[in-house]
Amino acid sequence: MSIVTSDSYLKSLLHGQSQLSMSPLERLNQLRANAVDRVSALRIPTKNDEEWRFTDISPLTKISFQPVRMASPLQSSSVEHFYLAETVTRLVFIDGVYAPNLSTQLSETSKDSNVVVSNLLAATSENLAAIEPHLGRHTDFQDNVFAALNTAFLHEGALIIVPRNVSVEMPVHLLFIATQKEVASHPRCLLIAEPSSTVTVLEDYVTLQEETYITNTVTEIVLADNATVNHVRIQRDSKQSFHMANCSVSLARASRYHSVSITLGARISRYNLNVQLKDEGAECAADGLALISNHQLADTHTCIDHTKPHCTSRQLHKCIIDDAAHAVFNGKIMVRPGAQLTNSTQSNRNLLLTSKARIDTKPQLEIFANDVKCAHGATVGQLDNEEIFYLRSRGLSEVTARNLLTYAFGAEIIDRIPIASLKFRLEQTVLEQTQKN
Amino acid sequence: MIYQDSKVLLEVRELCATVNGITILKGINLTVKSGEIHAIMGTNGSGKSTFAKVIAGHADYEITGGTVDFEGKNLLDLAPEERARAGIFLGFQYPIEIPGVANNQFLRLAYNTAQIQRNKDELDPLEFDDLVREKMKLLEMNPDFLDRSVNENFSGGEKKRNEILQMSLLDPRIAILDETDSGLDIDALRIVANGVNQLANKGNATILVTHYQRMLNYIVPDYVHVMESGRIVKTGGKELALDLEKHGYDWVNVEQPTTAGT
Repeated sequence: MSIVTSDSYLKSLLHGQSQLSMSPLERLNQLRANAVDRVSALRIPTKNDEEWRFTDISPLTKISFQPVRMASPLQSSSVEHFYLAETVTRLVFIDGVYAPNLSTQLSETSKDSNVVVSNLLAATSENLAAIEPHLGRHTDFQDNVFAALNTAFLHEGALIIVPRNVSVEMPVHLLFIATQKEVASHPRCLLIAEPSSTVTVLEDYVTLQEETYITNTVTEIVLADNATVNHVRIQRDSKQSFHMANCSVSLARASRYHSVSITLGARISRYNLNVQLKDEGAECAADGLALISNHQLADTHTCIDHTKPHCTSRQLHKCIIDDAAHAVFNGKIMVRPGAQLTNSTQSNRNLLLTSKARIDTKPQLEIFANDVKCAHGATVGQLDNEEIFYLRSRGLSEVTARNLLTYAFGAEIIDRIPIASLKFRLEQTVLEQTQKN
Repeated sequence: MIYQDSKVLLEVRELCATVNGITILKGINLTVKSGEIHAIMGTNGSGKSTFAKVIAGHADYEITGGTVDFEGKNLLDLAPEERARAGIFLGFQYPIEIPGVANNQFLRLAYNTAQIQRNKDELDPLEFDDLVREKMKLLEMNPDFLDRSVNENFSGGEKKRNEILQMSLLDPRIAILDETDSGLDIDALRIVANGVNQLANKGNATILVTHYQRMLNYIVPDYVHVMESGRIVKTGGKELALDLEKHGYDWVNVEQPTTAGT
């Protein structure tokens, strides 16, 4: 692909950007302007770029996308099947536009403790002071064209601030619903967990129609000292859509970040997760499952960066690949000089259900400290014949045995989601997708 | 126990089998009647585990000759699951671990498959829970094992107890227990053997495949068969196991081979 084509394509993606209203937060206006400059300087990556070696996103450039012109007026009844039984606080965005009528207010107890769950645009001046040191500072867009595009459109978004010593009991549900074709949306999330706070957040991308659209997300998560964040990310976009995502997490001293990310949808998806363990005693657990079929391509790039001593990270990423689908996993564990007594494990396990299914996996360890415990590995395989025989010897048919084992492979990750109703629902989804006759 | 009027459950005639082109079974003859307990003993590599897996229908083994008749059916025509539903049970030497599948989910699935076969009602999770907890008492198993993944991180003894638990739920006509005693300490062996004894009755039969005589102190066989190089070379009563323990397997080789199971 020539650079000229990319440029004009990217330019078309910027259409409508100049009509965004100015923000009271000067930093935000500046960020947008810088991002527009970067988009103009960058190009759509191709397979010649090392970071995109296995992921051909050229089908994206065959379709033109626009920001939504008119938001779909949705009633609660048409989307409430996406709601969680547990959720008391929910922010809903339709094609990237905040939908106040579908969003819920904080419960009284949370309100008393000054927890903020709101549209970024509605942030108070007090909130703006809290946002300023973080917004756009964790996800670098200098060399990342999709992060730059998202930042160029930075306008509305999900803002969560959990004050010091506050524990938010019920999960916060950020629900992004796609409804229209050929729409580009740029969802943005900022989560600030202040010292010793605890919160569980579900970032949830869904669709009402099997249309072609692009969702291009940036999520920034900041954990102050001793904070705990459970981050669940579910991507169940349309199988015709494109999903580009960047998530950056910053961990301060003795903070704990646990994420479970599930990839079910999109024709082509790319999830970049960058976790920085910035001070001693920080812990990260990052689990992932991609369950894909037909001609889907799901690319997960993660980087877990140990910069200080005594930090722990654990990662289990699994892929179940059916039909002619293609999964990519690139997982880097970085142990910086001086990050002694790092304890890190990483495992990538892949199940190929057909001979046409494909996985490209690249676990990477880069260690620049000498007193560390690191283990990593990747496995690729089909279902184990001995396991199948064991189940058949108990009377289960071969099909049932295969289905059960495939389900079990995915259920191990689903099991780690700390939201019961979601776990149950996803188990059903995995069950349906892994059951063949 | 040997009953005069019992009928033949399993009739194996001149059974030959190969794996990867190597002949392992070279003409096995064995007749098992209901109510009986048989022990098949032999050195490593004599073919005892192969025999157990061939009866259960493992796909790695190719049958090159002979017949296996099970209650009037040609067993060799049946898929492993059909054999299981017909009443064949194999207790595995190395039970498989299945992370992600809860033990109770797996046990209920297997149990309900058997219930359909028996023309009986399937049990819902609550009904099954009552049943399985009762069965677990027989094997002195902690109910916590129900919520854990199938055999995952179970000790050797726990895995073998889980096998016998499955046997108790499936209620087979013939249970072939492949080295169920290996890796068990004396307490676990006593518990497992006690379970097997309680499940044995006039209508079913048990085949113990073992290297050592030890388990036969707890489960007393009606017949002991000695396997050597893919054949049953000697058959006797329970005292044969004691002779083997005393004299070693080499002692059999100098004796005259006999026709088995008659």
